[in-house]
Amino acid sequence: MVDASKTWLSNGAFLLLLCLGNECRAEVHAPRSPTNIFAPASEPAYSLFGFSLLVLIVCAAIFLIVFSLLVYSILKFRKRPDDDGREPPQIYGSNPIELAWTVMPVLIVIVLFLASVRVIMAVQDAEPPPSAVEVTAIGHQFWWEFRYPGLGVVTANELHVPVSGPSSPTPTFIRLLSADTDHSFWVPRLAGKVDLIPNHPNRIWIAPTETGLYLGQCAQYCGTQHAKMLLRVYADTPQQFREWVQHQTRSAEVSPEVSEGRDIFETTSCVNCHTVAGNKNVASGQFGPNLTHLMSRDTIAAGAAFNTPDNLRRWIESPDSIKPGSLMPAMGLTPHEIEALVAYLETLR
Amino acid sequence: MATDSLALYPTQTTSRRPLVDQLHAWITTVDHKRLGILYVLYGLLMFGVGGTEATIMRLQLLRPHNDFVSPQVFNRMFTMHGTTMIFFVAMPLVFGFANYLVPLMIGARDMAFPRLNAFSFWMTAFGGLLLYFSFLGGGGLYGAGSAPDVGWFAYAPLTSQTFSVGHSTDFWTLALLVSGFGSIGTAINVIATVVCMRCPGMTLGKMPLFVWISSVMGVLVILAVSPLTAAQVMLLVDRYLGGHFFDTQAGGSAAIWMHFFWIFGHPEVYVLVLPAFAIVSEVVPVFSRKAIFGYPVMVAATIAIAFISMSVWAHHMFTIGMTSNANTFFVLSTMAIAVPTGIKIFNWLGTMWGGKLEFRMPMLFCIGFLFQFLIGGLTGVMQAAAPFDWHLANSYFVVAHFHYVIVGAILFAIFGGVYYWFPKVTGKLLSERLGKFHFWLFFIGFHLTFDFMHVPGLLGMPRRIYTYEPGRGWDTWNLIVTVGVFFQAAGALAFALNLLWSYFCGNRAGNDPWDAWTLEWSLPSPPPAYNFSVIPEVRSRRPLWDLKHPEDPDWKYE
Repeated sequence: MVDASKTWLSNGAFLLLLCLGNECRAEVHAPRSPTNIFAPASEPAYSLFGFSLLVLIVCAAIFLIVFSLLVYSILKFRKRPDDDGREPPQIYGSNPIELAWTVMPVLIVIVLFLASVRVIMAVQDAEPPPSAVEVTAIGHQFWWEFRYPGLGVVTANELHVPVSGPSSPTPTFIRLLSADTDHSFWVPRLAGKVDLIPNHPNRIWIAPTETGLYLGQCAQYCGTQHAKMLLRVYADTPQQFREWVQHQTRSAEVSPEVSEGRDIFETTSCVNCHTVAGNKNVASGQFGPNLTHLMSRDTIAAGAAFNTPDNLRRWIESPDSIKPGSLMPAMGLTPHEIEALVAYLETLR
Repeated sequence: MATDSLALYPTQTTSRRPLVDQLHAWITTVDHKRLGILYVLYGLLMFGVGGTEATIMRLQLLRPHNDFVSPQVFNRMFTMHGTTMIFFVAMPLVFGFANYLVPLMIGARDMAFPRLNAFSFWMTAFGGLLLYFSFLGGGGLYGAGSAPDVGWFAYAPLTSQTFSVGHSTDFWTLALLVSGFGSIGTAINVIATVVCMRCPGMTLGKMPLFVWISSVMGVLVILAVSPLTAAQVMLLVDRYLGGHFFDTQAGGSAAIWMHFFWIFGHPEVYVLVLPAFAIVSEVVPVFSRKAIFGYPVMVAATIAIAFISMSVWAHHMFTIGMTSNANTFFVLSTMAIAVPTGIKIFNWLGTMWGGKLEFRMPMLFCIGFLFQFLIGGLTGVMQAAAPFDWHLANSYFVVAHFHYVIVGAILFAIFGGVYYWFPKVTGKLLSERLGKFHFWLFFIGFHLTFDFMHVPGLLGMPRRIYTYEPGRGWDTWNLIVTVGVFFQAAGALAFALNLLWSYFCGNRAGNDPWDAWTLEWSLPSPPPAYNFSVIPEVRSRRPLWDLKHPEDPDWKYE
């Protein structure tokens, strides 16, 4: 009976490990969750992944040993129905045994500690190479502002970075600032998280090895709409990235057909918070996202909705219907005015 | 023999007094036993409140883009849930146990400062009322009122006047300030009682482990709650007297608040888990029929845990951009705490080894504690490893981890403690049949909720979000987690039912239903006012063992 259950246990454990292993491999290559921390696609995330596996294996081994000992002692030393009612021998302790189970955890701790230190130093103290792209990310309630100081780009919520190959590494080093409360930058497939804290500049770096879209979101509670402060990172080919930068540095084009919408935009309080570059600096607000190239973005409201005319209309008419508690006010415009405004915004390519 | 004085007591005579008199007696009581009961009842009541808040959150997170409550309400719920469960459930429960049991176990007639004891309880109780009054008064005179919504660790600058208008944050601050005075009062009281009021023969080395661990808990409370109280005062100065401690718009530091909060917050974890250790260290030996294995090592491990726990706080802050050297230090100190903790688990295992285990309700809960604490400890090691924690911090993995410790370990041990000492407190045994329902429902619910809660964390789900996007692989896990809540609620209901039913209709317990060994079991159940008519004298850690086994007493070996 005992033997049978043991075989069953070991077979079960083996199958479980096999399944987990396959799952892991499948996840790494084609993740079902776009935010899986075990599907790294960029440098710091790769080191974190390898390190995490080590920690997981050590912890799983400890778990199995102690778990088995507990189960064994519960089964073995349970009071039998035919018990004679006498007290078992009283044992008060044993110094050699105590020493043994003190030294073993100490050794394990030393191993895990040294492994941690290596990764901490490698990730935190990495120096940016000359080819690195520099970005400043500023957390706002409840959206992300991205500035590329060397490139003159200002955008929001959707970060574009070049992929970084082994032959020509172009990691992106992101300076993290906050305009109001604490936030945290977390795109699980690219890197661990680092907080954005006012008066406390931080740094994070990423170096995606595959092109594509990586999702994340604010990971430090920052107020009412913390949940919908989503993050999108696009890893472009170097060519795409150059084109994107060129596009983003152009000024907004003025199209005469939408002058009504533009007038509404420039004569209401829209301009207090939003910038549309190149427009005689009428619209130069800093509190909200820069709208110069609004239509080049896939989403609005920090990823809370896709950037479609319908959603834009809804967002302008009643921001709370998409993101209750966001700091964008309902402007109280007539349907006609909203129509004209959306027509104007759609020209901001 | 010295322990003879323990043997006989007259049966108590009770006379019914008018209800108002009885209530008056409870409110004005300075009896450590009554205050202990009040603490525990208060904790259990608030447990229902905090559990309701958790249920509201879980219903909201049942599926992506759910509309059960607004983000504002959700944010209040997690703030109130966390604050309630830590300060007005867990702390009162562990203080209740210490209050009731420490004097009984050391052969004293009351705590050292009975009036301070009553004061401390009422401060804690009124602190909780103040917190909940925020639902009415939080918005100030003109607002409709609202509870605090800054999270239970209330990071600056979200708590500043700029971001938290109205009075909700003030209710939070003042509630913790007031209950903090209560906690410090009780801590001083426990320490003074243990230092000054032990019965003859009870040297430090002969105190039951429960007493040892409770006094270390007292020391930790003083060390941990004081910085929190200081930080609350600083926050009040910021909000109302133009201070700039945490006001980042005027050069203050948000990181300083984090340091202040967590140098309270981490020792606090041990303030709560040490009493759980204390309960397990009493229950496991009795139901294994063996003396605790390695008593001196257990004491040393307790002190080591308390000592190290004062230097680990910044492991809550691996993502705030400390230097690599600081991170390295906190990795080491945090991992170091795993060593004495591991020693404790091994010593409980050593106690069970070679014993005759009886799986009565207290033992069942303690076995649950052992397994769940093992897992909660190991996920703790994962987060102590800073690079892994850069992913795990502030994700649902952390939420799962600390619930594993607080519910799976601390609450299970407290349930075990209630089943173990309820007969002493009321004179009635808790029903084993209802207890089984309670245990298994709660056990299943706990594992459904908190095992599966780890997964969305690994899949990138941050905590404190009132809703989430579909398509991230989080949906199914969140559904399972929510389903578990109902099992837990049913378990808690069975527990409440058991308390009531057994109090009125339970079997009589007698003085010593578990054939146990510490002094409280020498008294009638419930113990008379002032406990011991003759102060006992002890010669070993298990005075009742000596009494029951005169042929083979403990003092020969200790």
